[in-house]
Amino acid sequence: MELDPLILSRIQFAFVVSFHAIFPVFTIGLASYIAVLEGLAFKTENPVWVKLSAFWTKVFAVVFGMGVVSGIVMSFQFGTNWSNFAQASANFLGPMLSYEVVTAFFLEAAFLGVLLFGRDKVPAGVHLFAAIMVATGTFISSFWILAANSWMHTPAGIEFIDGVFHVTSWSEAIFNPSFPYRFTHMVLASFLTGSFVVAGVSAWYLLKGREVEANRKALSMCLWLLLFLAPTQAVVGDFHGLNTLEHQPMKVAAMEGNWETSRNVPLLLFAIPDQESQTNLFEIGIPSLASMILTHEWDGKVPGLKEIPVAQQPPVGIVFWSFRVMVGLGLLMIAFAVTGLILRAGGRYWRTRWFLQGMRFMSIAPFLAVLAGWFVTEIGRAPWLVYGMMTQAEAVTPSLTGGMALFTLIGYIVVYALVFSAGVYYLMRVLYVGMEDEHDDDEHEAERPKRPFSAAHVPFEIDEDEHHGKPASQGGH
Amino acid sequence: MELFDLPLIWAFIIGFGIIMYVLMDGFDLGVGILFPFAPNEESRDTMMNSVAPVWDGNETWLVLGGAGLLAAFPLVYSILLPALYIGVFLLLAGLIFRGVAFEFRFKARTSRYLWNWAFAGGSTVASFAQGAVVGAYIQGFETANGVYVGGALDWLTPFTVLTGLGMLCGYALLGSTWLILKTEGRLQDWAYRISLPLLAAVLVVFGIISVWTPFVDDMVRQRWFSNLSVIWVLPVLTLLCALQIYRSVRDRKEGMPFVSTMGLFITTYLGLVVSRWPYVVPPEYTLWEAASAYESQLFLLLGLLFVIPIVLVYTAWTYWVFRGKVRAGEGYH
Repeated sequence: MELDPLILSRIQFAFVVSFHAIFPVFTIGLASYIAVLEGLAFKTENPVWVKLSAFWTKVFAVVFGMGVVSGIVMSFQFGTNWSNFAQASANFLGPMLSYEVVTAFFLEAAFLGVLLFGRDKVPAGVHLFAAIMVATGTFISSFWILAANSWMHTPAGIEFIDGVFHVTSWSEAIFNPSFPYRFTHMVLASFLTGSFVVAGVSAWYLLKGREVEANRKALSMCLWLLLFLAPTQAVVGDFHGLNTLEHQPMKVAAMEGNWETSRNVPLLLFAIPDQESQTNLFEIGIPSLASMILTHEWDGKVPGLKEIPVAQQPPVGIVFWSFRVMVGLGLLMIAFAVTGLILRAGGRYWRTRWFLQGMRFMSIAPFLAVLAGWFVTEIGRAPWLVYGMMTQAEAVTPSLTGGMALFTLIGYIVVYALVFSAGVYYLMRVLYVGMEDEHDDDEHEAERPKRPFSAAHVPFEIDEDEHHGKPASQGGH
Repeated sequence: MELFDLPLIWAFIIGFGIIMYVLMDGFDLGVGILFPFAPNEESRDTMMNSVAPVWDGNETWLVLGGAGLLAAFPLVYSILLPALYIGVFLLLAGLIFRGVAFEFRFKARTSRYLWNWAFAGGSTVASFAQGAVVGAYIQGFETANGVYVGGALDWLTPFTVLTGLGMLCGYALLGSTWLILKTEGRLQDWAYRISLPLLAAVLVVFGIISVWTPFVDDMVRQRWFSNLSVIWVLPVLTLLCALQIYRSVRDRKEGMPFVSTMGLFITTYLGLVVSRWPYVVPPEYTLWEAASAYESQLFLLLGLLFVIPIVLVYTAWTYWVFRGKVRAGEGYH
C-alpha cells in the first residue's frame, strides 16, 4: 500500500494543533481570572480570594505545562512536514513566531515561575504583578499567532515572487482583513472556556456542599461574565461569518451546505451533503434565512460550491457539521447564561440542583465548540494553505516519505495519549482534593518531610494563616 | 539600500540564542540525566526543585532558536528539519515527557517511579538527540535546489552517535556542577564526587570527536590545518576551562565548577563555529545564501534590539528571586 505523506502530514498537523489548541483557550481565560482573584485578594485581604486563586493557579500550572510541551512541537512542525511552506512564507511567518516567543513566551515562563513558587519569596504586590504579566503574556501570544493564522486565510501586504512571499506592508499583513474578527472571536472563546470550566467546577463543589462560600462567589462571578460573553460571541461570530463570506466564499458555501449560487437560500438545520453528486441527499431548512443572515436581505445572493471545480472544494460534510456543532453549543451557552440570570432572584442559582448539574456538564462545551470552530475554519480553507496562493500539496516537505510521516504520526498519538491521560487523571485528583484539605493530603502523598504546598496556599501574611488555624509556612526558612 | 550586513548580524543573534539554550537548558537536562543515579528519593525532590521555577524559561530559548531560524535563515530551517526528521521527533518526545514530569511527579504516589523515568528518560533522549544534531551538522547535508534530498536516517552515523554521547556527558557535567551550586549536605557531596569522573568522560569523548572530525569533512580539515597558528587558541582555552573545573571541584569551590563548565561549553561551541563558518547548511550554503528577505530581517531585528534586553533583565530577576540553596522540603506547589 502506498502511504501518502500529504494526507498523513495533514492528519498529523490537525491532530497536533487540535490537541494543543484546547490548552491555550483554557489558560488564556484562566490566567485573567487568576489575575483578577489575586487583585481582589491584594485589595481586600479576604482569604476566600487567596483560596480560590491558589486552587486555580494549581490547575493553571498543569494545563499550562501541557500547553507548553505540545506548543514546542508545533513550532518545529512547519519545518519537518511543511518545509516548502516554511521556506515560502518565512519572510512573514518567521517574524510573527519570533515576536511571539520574545514578547509572550519568555514573559509567561519567567513570571509563571514567580506566580507558582514565589508567594513567600517576593512581596505581595510583586506576586500580583507576576499574575498580571502571565495573563498579559497569554494575550500577546494569541495576538501574534492569530495574525499569522489569519494571514494564511486572508493574505495581504505581500508579493509572491518566485515561490516566496515578500512583505510589502507589515501593517497590512499583520492586520489582514480577517484578523480583527478572528482575534476577537478567539479571545471571547478563551474567556468563555475559562468561565464555563470555573463555573462547572464550582457547581460541582456546590452540589457536594464543599467550600460553599468560595464556590458561590466563583460561580456568581462566572455567571455575570457569561451573561455578557455568550451573546457577544454570537454577534462577533456573525461578523466573522460576513467577513468570511467576503474573502472565502467557498468556505461559507460549505458551512451552509449550499451547492448552487442562488437567492432566497434556506438555513439548513439538517442535511447530508454529498460531494460526489454535488447535492444534499436530504435537507430540512428554514426558507430564506441563510440569505437573511449572510446578506441581511431575504433574497440576498449566496454563493454555491458549484462555482468551482470539485477538486478545489473543501470537504463539505465535515465543515457543514462542525459548523452546526459550534453554533448549537453557542446557543446552549446563551441559554445557560440566561437561566443563570433568571435563577439569580432569591439566590437560587447556587441551590438549584438541575442547574448546577447542567453547568457541570457545560464545562466541556467550550472545548468542543472551539475544536468544531477550528475544523470549520481550517478544513474550510482546503485545498489552500495560503488562501488562493499556495495549496497544501505544494507546501509539504519534498523529501518526506509516507513511512516517516506515519511513524511520527503514530509517535505523537502515543506520546500525547500518555500525557493526556496522565494530565486528565491529575486534574481530576486536583479537583477531587479541592481547596479545603490540600494540606493534609499533601502530607500523605509526599511520604517525606513537609513540602510547602504552603508556597501556594499560605496567604501573604503569616497572621492570616493563623485565622485558619493552619501552621505557618514550613518552607524551611 | 542595504546599509548593514543583516545576515551577519542575524548569525550572531541566532548563535547567541543557541548558546543561551545550550547553557540554560543544558543544566536542567543534565539534572534529568543524573536523576536515576541520585543517592535517594529525597535528593531527587531537591534536584527537581532546583530547576522547577526556571526550566520552562530555559526551554523557551529553543523555541526562539527555531522561530528565529525560520525568520532569518528559512533555508536552514527548511533543510535541517526535514533532514533531521526522526531526530527532531525524538527530541520533542523527550522534551514532552520531561516537561510533564515536572508537574506530575510530586502528585504521584504509586506511579511516581514512572515519572522519575519519564523525567530521566526524556532528558537523556533529548540531550542525545541534540548532540546527534551537532554531529549531523558537522557531517553536512545532501541538498539540491535548496531542498533536502537525502534519506530519513542519513544523520544517524557512528560519528553522530559519538557526538550524542558527548552531549550527554557534557550536560551531565553541567547538571552536577549546578547541583554543587544549588544544594548542600549529602546531595552536594554526591555532586562533588561525580563531577570529576564526568569531566574525565567529557574530555575523553571530546578528544575522540576532535580527532575524528577532520576525517569526517575535508573542509574542516583544511580549515584546521591551514590555520594552525590561530586555531590552537580554542582547544587550549577549552583545556584551561577543564583544568579550572578540576581544581575548583577538588578545592570544593561552590560556584566556580559551574561557571567553568559553562566556559568549557562556550569554547567548544566557538570551535565548532569557526570550523564551519560561514556555512550554515554545510557543505552547500553560506549564511548569506540562506538568509530571508532584507526587510524581514530588519523588521524583526528592530523589535529584538528593544525586547531582548528586557527579556534578559527579567530572566535574571527570576534567577535572583530563586537564588541560594534549595533545601529538601522546599519547592513545588
